[in-house]
Amino acid sequence: MTNGNSRGTGSRRHLVAIVVLAAVAVFAVIALLINIFERKQEARNPFFRVVELNDTIADPSVWGKDFPMQYDLYLRTVDQERTKYGGSEAMPRTPTQADPRSAVARSRLEEDPRLKVMWAGYAFSKDYRERRGHAYMLDDQTFTERMQAKPPGACLNCHASMVTVYNELGNGDATKGFETVNHMSYADARKHAKYPIACIDCHDPQTMALRVTRPAFIEGMRALKASQGIQNYDVNKMATRQEMRSFVCGQCHVTYYFKGPEKTLTFPWTKGLRVEDIIAHLDEGKVKEWDHPETGAPLIKARHPEFEVWNMGVHARSGVACTDCHMPYMRMGGLKISDHQINSPLLKVNRSCQTCHHFSEEELKARAEDIQDRFFTLRNTALDSLMDLINDIKANKDKATPDQLAKARDHQRQGQFMIDFIMSENSMGFHAPQEAMRILGNAINECRLGQLALRGAPPPSHNPPAISEKRSNSNEVQKAQGGGN
Amino acid sequence: MRVSALHITLLCLIGAAVGAGSYAFIYAKGYSYLLNDPSACANCHVMNDQYSGWVKSSHHSAATCNDCHTPHNFIGKYAVKASNGFFHSFYFTTGKYPDNIQITRFDHGVVERACRHCHAAITQAIDATNVHGNAEGVQCTRCHISVGHSEGAASLAWPHFLWRDK
Repeated sequence: MTNGNSRGTGSRRHLVAIVVLAAVAVFAVIALLINIFERKQEARNPFFRVVELNDTIADPSVWGKDFPMQYDLYLRTVDQERTKYGGSEAMPRTPTQADPRSAVARSRLEEDPRLKVMWAGYAFSKDYRERRGHAYMLDDQTFTERMQAKPPGACLNCHASMVTVYNELGNGDATKGFETVNHMSYADARKHAKYPIACIDCHDPQTMALRVTRPAFIEGMRALKASQGIQNYDVNKMATRQEMRSFVCGQCHVTYYFKGPEKTLTFPWTKGLRVEDIIAHLDEGKVKEWDHPETGAPLIKARHPEFEVWNMGVHARSGVACTDCHMPYMRMGGLKISDHQINSPLLKVNRSCQTCHHFSEEELKARAEDIQDRFFTLRNTALDSLMDLINDIKANKDKATPDQLAKARDHQRQGQFMIDFIMSENSMGFHAPQEAMRILGNAINECRLGQLALRGAPPPSHNPPAISEKRSNSNEVQKAQGGGN
Repeated sequence: MRVSALHITLLCLIGAAVGAGSYAFIYAKGYSYLLNDPSACANCHVMNDQYSGWVKSSHHSAATCNDCHTPHNFIGKYAVKASNGFFHSFYFTTGKYPDNIQITRFDHGVVERACRHCHAAITQAIDATNVHGNAEGVQCTRCHISVGHSEGAASLAWPHFLWRDK
């Protein structure tokens, strides 16, 4: 009996174990089956149009109903994550009546007081901070201390969703609306803007195709293409899809100035995109934004020329668009979408760099930071040489002749614009490393020439060796040298 | 043997497990992984880019996925298929994998040996010289990265040259 009993409980235990195992197996198989089913459904790319979109709907949350994944990523531009040189971290601040922001980005003026000297007498010497995500563009502009300078409505072009505003103020004619906004006061124009950049600013509501909505870019490109011999260029009709993947960004990530009493937002591209071409355009139009209070130099401010500088780099040359790195494709289930959380590619090396570069994430990041480290070092040298020139002009104001002073001031204008241009550019030299260093080298030279001018020294004559046909395809160099060697 | 209700339950459960398992196997096209058709590797959408890259590649007419990504012997081939099959399914099911998938060191070795297997005449000649052959760790794919499936390059449009230095 005892034996039989123990055998009985033993085999019952085995039975229970087998039941449990079989049940677990069935459970696991069904769970896997459901998972496979779900993955197969994902791969079918379902798209449900629940809202009809048109050009009167600026609110991104409405567009988000049709495109919930893109919208969700877009909302994440509130994230503040820094990289070695860029990005931003949230600096807490106490909200006030005038400025309700509870967090701001780091002040770059406090980080580097040389910027205050460079921009003395101009609003940028009052408040200049790290950039933050697109989500903050409207607030950060509305509440910056630079607003005390009472800027025109033109500033709003790139800090708010403007399609509906242009259409509303131009009675359906966006260009007219643009012209109206330009010379309104910022405070008045601001009342019309509700959202920071939104879906409608880059996408056609019917087809979702990319489109350029900013008249300043359309005009700028027309002028640039005309300078290259292509007349009547229309970016919305003639650009390729891959070009549009950079052009939509270039609507705002460029340097600009406000032209004439109409304050028309203008991209200075009639002579080309190089910094020298841009200065030549501004010199020709006698553009001056302010006089330096200590040196009297007539100055212009450069603004974040990411688009121009990217164009000088090897990535642009290889057909890589802004969005390829800043909005790389990502998988959402079975869907492949572009990442609408626009930020530094260094925060998404796998999806951006590793699409083409077959090296480890650490290696690729180290390469990018090497470029930035080198740039940062020379940028500091360039800023130092600008400080030296400013101090020299100050010290020689009474000693130098008016002609010498005028020359030195012009060198300050040129050199300072170059430094400002490549420093305001938001990649710490990465977008076009060699061009960035070339610009800094030329800027340092401008400062040196300014100091020499104060001493009455004649500008040094450059006699670079002629480059023969064999080494270069460029005939221009030889012609410029009067026939070469 | 006396068939009790318990035994019947048990047998039903085991039968259910086998049945559900078989259904899952067929539904997930499990059998396709035992064959040589490259489209099996894009059954799940993760390798769509690699698959379409291969369709356009220079090796399209010469080699399938298995020719480069599994060893050229029976046991090795199915061992690598089994191990990759398990880990690919595991990571696909859990969703823990990067968007731009990366080849493992081991699988890169498989590829390297596959290159050298078919192109033995050339690679042996290279190995015999001092130029590349004596350099440790020279890899065919270091330079010939695009021969199998160049999904990166394939997705790029032509350079557009908005800017050119004069």
